[in-house]
Amino acid sequence: MNSDQLKKNEPAKSTGKNSRRDFMRKLGLIGAAATTGAVASGFTSQRTPEEEYVKVMTSDNKLVEIPKSQVKEVKLDTEALQSRGRLGIAGKRWVMVIDLAKCRNARECIKGCQEHHHLHPYQYHINTLVMQDNPQSAPYNMPKPCMHCDNPPCVSVCPVDATFKRQDGIVLIDNERCIGCRFCMAACPYSVRVFNWEEPFQAQLYEAQPMEYDVEANIPQKKGTITKCLFSADCLRGGDLPTCVRSCPNEVFYFGDENENAVTNGTTRETVVLSELLEKNAGYRLMEELGTKPRVYYLPPKDRVFEAPEKPDHHS
Amino acid sequence: MSEHNIKINKEKLDKIAEDVLKPVGFNNAYINWMLFLTVALMACIYAYVIQYREGLIVTGMRDMVSWGMYIANFVFFVATALVGMLISGVIGLLGYTWIKPITRIAEMIAVAFAAVAGLVIVSDMGRPERLHHVFLYGRVQSPILWDVTVVTTYLVISTLLYMLPLIPDLAIARGRMKNAPQWMLKLYKILSFNWTHHPKQYQLLFKATRLLIILVIPTAFAIHTVTSWLLAVNSRSGWDSTIFGPYFLTGAFVTGMGAVIIAVFFFRNNYKLRSYLDEPLFDKMGKLLEFVCVVYFYFNLNEFVVPAYKMKEFDAIHIHELFLGKHALMFWFCQICGLIVPMIVLLWKPFRKPVPLFVISLFVLVGAWFKRYIIVIPTMEHPFLPVQNLPNEWVVYQPTVIESAVTIGSIIMGIMIISVLAKLFPVIPIWEMAEEDEETKSKII
Repeated sequence: MNSDQLKKNEPAKSTGKNSRRDFMRKLGLIGAAATTGAVASGFTSQRTPEEEYVKVMTSDNKLVEIPKSQVKEVKLDTEALQSRGRLGIAGKRWVMVIDLAKCRNARECIKGCQEHHHLHPYQYHINTLVMQDNPQSAPYNMPKPCMHCDNPPCVSVCPVDATFKRQDGIVLIDNERCIGCRFCMAACPYSVRVFNWEEPFQAQLYEAQPMEYDVEANIPQKKGTITKCLFSADCLRGGDLPTCVRSCPNEVFYFGDENENAVTNGTTRETVVLSELLEKNAGYRLMEELGTKPRVYYLPPKDRVFEAPEKPDHHS
Repeated sequence: MSEHNIKINKEKLDKIAEDVLKPVGFNNAYINWMLFLTVALMACIYAYVIQYREGLIVTGMRDMVSWGMYIANFVFFVATALVGMLISGVIGLLGYTWIKPITRIAEMIAVAFAAVAGLVIVSDMGRPERLHHVFLYGRVQSPILWDVTVVTTYLVISTLLYMLPLIPDLAIARGRMKNAPQWMLKLYKILSFNWTHHPKQYQLLFKATRLLIILVIPTAFAIHTVTSWLLAVNSRSGWDSTIFGPYFLTGAFVTGMGAVIIAVFFFRNNYKLRSYLDEPLFDKMGKLLEFVCVVYFYFNLNEFVVPAYKMKEFDAIHIHELFLGKHALMFWFCQICGLIVPMIVLLWKPFRKPVPLFVISLFVLVGAWFKRYIIVIPTMEHPFLPVQNLPNEWVVYQPTVIESAVTIGSIIMGIMIISVLAKLFPVIPIWEMAEEDEETKSKII
């Protein structure tokens, strides 16, 4: 075996998170790599005692042995990440509950999110707004992520299927596909969509360390494309709560699976029954009248734990 | 109709051909004009290169106002392009013959503006190099797909409507323009498709033109209705309107008439075609402009007075911005100078004379451009949820120099296309003008 082949077969670092499907896919690739390796170097089926062997299963369910030196971990490429990213996580219906009585505008969710998704300081996947429902009521803080609508206007208008709705309820954006027409921004009644007007915040990092595009985290960000809250789909795949939910110090966020009827508080890690939480606290969704069917619920800001923020200066 | 035989008056033909073909061909003044346009266009293209390199950050658009001048300009171009349909389609099919001398000018505007509209929309894209994604991954649910389809169809039909009636004229011109350069005669030869003025050829031409004229009407309705839907399908107040389709369509007629009158006025004077583009023609065009203004005014009344009466929360903010707020000056300029005053003064014959009509049309066209601006931008400035935590300069939209240059570039391109067509080919259909009058009435209908 020449040195080039050896180099090629060196294990590469894997950054992707595993699922059963990808595990099988990797094994298939390893099997194929092992076979070609054997042919190229003229191996016979005879064992040489010095070499250590491992058993692997090929994609067609054959158990084979290959020398350990031939084992190569396959890195998930953009395409693999995109195809699993478009499918989503089977059996899940993610849902978020935001308790407005608890939000003190600590802005930790924003910080965590901006770091996770490599955003400029002025780009918000989640933003905390000061809201006042009418002149008599006290103002309150309202974290505003993407609503991940079940009837998403942004997805309807996208001309190239760059933004899409997954089976687990999440609305994602594929910035390898996006043409930057910004129709989705015009369509979103919650103004949650953000555009990369200039080079992304981490452009230098991307240049120094090229990375595979992960549609579930939407990084690397790309100039001229849309980005938005993704419910940290990459964290969910790894069994973690979204970044904003985990970052909150004030017990504001609950996150979970509607199918299980359970949501977990990101601060206390306490899991509660979703339907009970919403019933007891009169949970509501933003702009129900538009028929967008959001997947984010709000608990009204009654018995609030914070001083009312200053009245918002009304735009325009 | 297919039984119709063309009768061309030979003497009339000679006279018309001589007058119409005289300005055809490139003279020094024209070359200077084109040089000027080219230099100006180069500067605008450079502005676009900067935008392509740096990203849309060089424009005034930001996350709140994410559609700006480019989209307004796109709507304006599509609107102006519709005049081809109005003249040849609607008025032509109704059997009016006074439009004969201006059909080609109207089609020229239609072709130029429809072609440039496509480019304008590309200049608004964050990733123009991915334009092919629209064809690779296109989703029929998206109004953008509908728009791409109908704009392309309209461009094809308009080009055919321009080129087909040109065939006999080029055959006529080929025999008469002895001093023209060789390449031009060659081009005429190719584009006249061996036309021999045989009656059968004319019958085919009539059939084809009639078919196109019928097809162009639904296509043109579709193109502007779909363009209005790009806005109306969104739930933002100001766009969330059920009459946006007809409102845009009638607005397009006003814009297009303004453009065609300006062009006709120009050719009347500079091409010395006063005897063909005569005062009665201007009177007719003035009446048509009056009519489309009245219709458009009616739609404006519906579009603004009804929400202003109810004053629903977000509609109230929008209406206030337009009537008394930041955009009031522009809004009232469009409504008063671009619509209401023209609508009133055009009732009197002296205002339908060439010079006053030309001035009125200038106001109408400029008003029409700003009206598109008023339709697109204010709505984006007040979304449903408050705008907070953004840099101040990101909240209010202000077009930048680069953005304006790219927009001006698109207008220059439109003028260039018209300039080339108007110098390369006759601007008035010679054979149609030379046709015996009594015959023409039965031609189309």
